[in-house]
Amino acid sequence: MKKTLAILLSVTMLVTLLVGCDDSSERKGEVNVYNWGEYIDMSVLEDFEAETGIHVNYQTYDSNETMYSTLAGGGADYDVIIPSDYMIARLISEDMLEPLNFDNIPNFSDIDPELLNPEYDPENLYTVPYMWGLLGVIYNTTMVDEADTGSWDLLWNEKYAGDILMFGNSRDAIGIALKRLGYSFNTTDAAQIQEASELLVQQKPLVQGYFMDQQFAKLEGGNAAIGTYYYGDYLTMQENNPDLSFYLPVEGVNRYVDAMCIPKGASNKENAEAFINYMCSTAAGQKNCEEIWYSTPLLSVRDALDSEVTNDPFAYPNADVLAKCESYAGLPQDILDLYDSEWTRLLR
Amino acid sequence: MKSKAIGVPYVVWMALFVVAPLVMVVVYAFTTRDGGASIANFAEMGEYLGVFGRSFLLAAVATVICLLIGYPLAYCLARLRPSLRRAANMLIMLPMWMNFLLRTYSWVFLLERNGFLNSLLSAVGLPKLDIIGTPAAVILGMVYNFLPFMVLPIFSVIEKIDPKVIEAAQDLGANNFKVFSRVTLPLSLPGVLSGITMTFIPSVSTFAISQLLGGGKYLLLGDLIEMQFLGAAYNPHLGSAISLVMMVIVLVCMAVMNRFGEGEEEAVVL
Repeated sequence: MKKTLAILLSVTMLVTLLVGCDDSSERKGEVNVYNWGEYIDMSVLEDFEAETGIHVNYQTYDSNETMYSTLAGGGADYDVIIPSDYMIARLISEDMLEPLNFDNIPNFSDIDPELLNPEYDPENLYTVPYMWGLLGVIYNTTMVDEADTGSWDLLWNEKYAGDILMFGNSRDAIGIALKRLGYSFNTTDAAQIQEASELLVQQKPLVQGYFMDQQFAKLEGGNAAIGTYYYGDYLTMQENNPDLSFYLPVEGVNRYVDAMCIPKGASNKENAEAFINYMCSTAAGQKNCEEIWYSTPLLSVRDALDSEVTNDPFAYPNADVLAKCESYAGLPQDILDLYDSEWTRLLR
Repeated sequence: MKSKAIGVPYVVWMALFVVAPLVMVVVYAFTTRDGGASIANFAEMGEYLGVFGRSFLLAAVATVICLLIGYPLAYCLARLRPSLRRAANMLIMLPMWMNFLLRTYSWVFLLERNGFLNSLLSAVGLPKLDIIGTPAAVILGMVYNFLPFMVLPIFSVIEKIDPKVIEAAQDLGANNFKVFSRVTLPLSLPGVLSGITMTFIPSVSTFAISQLLGGGKYLLLGDLIEMQFLGAAYNPHLGSAISLVMMVIVLVCMAVMNRFGEGEEEAVVL
């Protein structure tokens, strides 16, 4: 009797489960979003659900590389991803993105024309910019001598051994070393890349660790004096620790753009386009900006934001500063392999 | 007939979730990105000898420390009054009810340069302990996380030693040290062996601990494998090959250990 009851119960559960699934995916539809951690105002997702009735499944990653391997592994089914420029170039060259139907994304017209047809997507077929910004050095004014700041050399300064945080991915870490040597981020000269990673080997004893988002807690808590991260994140950290300060090293810095795209074979393409369109609306854009403090590509949001924000020379830099910035471009496979092997050589 | 039918779901379960993944690991390990069969992945392994060496060394140190702390602890526990014993057992198990990542994060918080431990030390005028981002911190993380796996098997073996055997030894004139070295210790060896396996294997394959407490500066095997599946390198073939080699080495270690304890019960495999 007990057994029959148990079987009956499990069957009912299974049926309700299956019916329940059908219900949500057929009537309202859903969209699977895969974004960076700490990179959205979560209430925007609820607003989107309320407005369109499309259910959002939201997941995050902490580096472009993690995102890439999740997609390449084929086990995941995402409809919207938000990678950075150089990763987009790689995804396009490996035919992993779906061209967008811009008829479904009318808000695209609000994008700053300066960001259209970028190097990573020359004909602007696959991407809609989400946020952009500059990468620089964040330091704690109570621990670092002002005279030592100004260039990338600070990250190699032995005075601060054990207090330095380095980027936890090969592209940014090797890129910083390349810039310190005066080379381009996008060099394909193997000798220059090896010289740069040699510089990282020298730096390793001074470094507390190689981190991505863990830098937030380390810098906010004063557990490290120097880090390199994105300006938008610096603003967030600075709210929690007013001792922090930021500068752009004179050798030049990275200007990155993160853009929304749809992976090849996404099962909810139209919902994905609706989502991208919603993210480009003034209301959503403004909410996101005020949460994460990255620079917006949306002109109407820029107008709506507080003028104190839009006059911030690091958030919306003038042409002189921008001229000194370099964006990451896609790299050929043999150079990517070299980055990987140099990176493991550093850590092994 | 009926008893066999009951086994079917288990066989199916094991085939699906244990055997099939193992077969996939082997297949991946002997193929390359472009699909051809080759042993190139293993040839590449020489580059990572340092990582193998470091992983096994750190895991061995952590296991030895676990044993040195765990054995006396288990011994004392087994001698406690039953009510106290239950409470102590509970205290050992309690942290394991929390996710191991959370526990490791708390250690980050404790060991940070301005963390809890250092604030405490500087408050009483002692020098700061600069341990975060070093191999010592990684070992500490391993010992903390895997100590219960050492204590519990040893405890359960010592607890079951018949008190009459000990009394007999005492009646025959053995002093306390002799009782321990000639009776208790040999009888508890099976527990020690399974304790060693149960701490060594997770230590050797651990990955998040070195990332969080070692600052990602010291790659361990677990991190290396993770990098092949989730990192920029993205090469599941190489990752599978490394996993396979690691599994073989661990199996060999265990075979040696079981030989070592021959005549005793075999060490319990995870």
